[in-house]
Amino acid sequence: MIHFDNISKRYPGGHDALSQISLRLEKGQMAFLTGHSGAGKSTLLKLIAMIERPTRGQIFLDGVNLNNIGNRKIPYIRRNIGIIFQNHHLLYDRPVFDNVAMPLIIQGYRRQEIHKRVRAALNQVGLLSKEKVYPITLSGGEQQRVGIARAIVHKPLLLLADEPTGNLDPELSREIMQLFSRFNQVGTTVLIASHNIELIKEMGTPMISLQDGRVSHNGLPFNANRARGL
Amino acid sequence: MRNSPLKSSRFLSYLGHHVRVSLASLGRLYTQPIATIMTAAVISIALALPVGLYIALANIGQVSTDWDTSTQISLFLHTHVKQRDAQKLMRRLEKHKDIKKVMMIDKEDGLKQFKETSGFGDALKYLDENPLPIVLVVHPRIHADQPNRITKLVKDLGKNKYVEIAQLDVQWVKRLYTFLEIAKRSILVISSMLAIAVLLVVGNTIRLDIQNRREEIEVSKLIGASDAFIRRPFLYTGFWYGVIGGIMAWMITIISLILMEEPIHNLAVLYHSDFRLSGLGFKNTLLLIFISCSLGLIGSWLAVSRHLKDIEPS
Repeated sequence: MIHFDNISKRYPGGHDALSQISLRLEKGQMAFLTGHSGAGKSTLLKLIAMIERPTRGQIFLDGVNLNNIGNRKIPYIRRNIGIIFQNHHLLYDRPVFDNVAMPLIIQGYRRQEIHKRVRAALNQVGLLSKEKVYPITLSGGEQQRVGIARAIVHKPLLLLADEPTGNLDPELSREIMQLFSRFNQVGTTVLIASHNIELIKEMGTPMISLQDGRVSHNGLPFNANRARGL
Repeated sequence: MRNSPLKSSRFLSYLGHHVRVSLASLGRLYTQPIATIMTAAVISIALALPVGLYIALANIGQVSTDWDTSTQISLFLHTHVKQRDAQKLMRRLEKHKDIKKVMMIDKEDGLKQFKETSGFGDALKYLDENPLPIVLVVHPRIHADQPNRITKLVKDLGKNKYVEIAQLDVQWVKRLYTFLEIAKRSILVISSMLAIAVLLVVGNTIRLDIQNRREEIEVSKLIGASDAFIRRPFLYTGFWYGVIGGIMAWMITIISLILMEEPIHNLAVLYHSDFRLSGLGFKNTLLLIFISCSLGLIGSWLAVSRHLKDIEPS
């Protein structure tokens, strides 16, 4: 699904965020991306979502070389991806339903189809009763779940999450992670950037650790200390 | 695309999307009535000014057309020309293709008119015979906006052996049409400048709108919105500004015309004229709204193409 071939990313000013990264995430797999802040987790996700472009190397997404995708084609790449952010990125001027419906509206779905799918997505995150509510009135965990519903409503091939539990307490974090597991079980490829090592160990999913822009561990989280990069 | 809906339903949903986006843009304007009215007012004033000038010009043109009917050439015949010869000449001239009508003022009529109007009537008593020539008044068929043809006609008539002087004051006609031409050009220049002002006003308003909706644009780009999709609501906003501004400009024009109507009618009465101020008319009203919409659309397009690029998710 995702294939990084010797990827380097240098930001203007000379900071090397990623150096010669090569890794693979197979279709239907779920993995965590860990590392201390500044290790390059966000940059890696941004490269997949084409928010940034690599300085060197090639990225293949579902067999497509992203280097060959012009700026005008980026939206169509992103339509296959669901992205979840730490700070939700919800729009507060419209109710939950409209927030979740956005990807479907962008892709030109019909009204009835939109209603059906938005309800289904809200149902999956347990917020069906809140569809008419404005996001500002929801708790942090609920807002995050609205963000997740928006990311999965168009049934993307790939789900990317950047610190989705960053602001949540352990109980809520566990719920959110289990939600991701459930999407993975129905075939969605999932990549989650997180520093919540305890939770990752508990879930027993593969883990990719970054340290100073390089892969320091790739596999099951058998060694928590190494995973932390300590 | 893997997750795309069926193609047949896609077109309908695309149309529906356009309708919804345009209504949503209108609704957004409705939620900020003061700001909307202010922007639309600037547009409408900028449009109403050239429209008012245009109407004034059209009316002046119409008045001058009325004057054309009084354009006439006076042929003063030699004093020795007999009445019979003058009548022959008159009948011949009436067949001329450029002449509509010829009237004769014979010596007696001329004398009577002279006595009535000049105030020198008594002086004529001391003359042995009537010194006035026969005058043929020629009404040309030529419109006054072709002063050169009229001049030529006058010249030709002057060559006739019975005619002593052929006279027409074409100078004022020439001057009037030159003046109208200058006025037309001025209105064109003023209109162009005001059109640019409208573009700038709409462009600036849309630019602010884009800044206010930065977050929404970023999120939309992140979840795969195409540039066209993101552009659309702003273009519709510009379009609606154009519609509202155009309608307001039309209303300003109508109100101004109503205010002007009575004094102008009074003036016309003083001149024994049945002149009536003519308005914009249906076709020109549509043209006004069309131009206004186009300016709104182009203005928003300029702003969108300049500023949407700057907003990228990070």
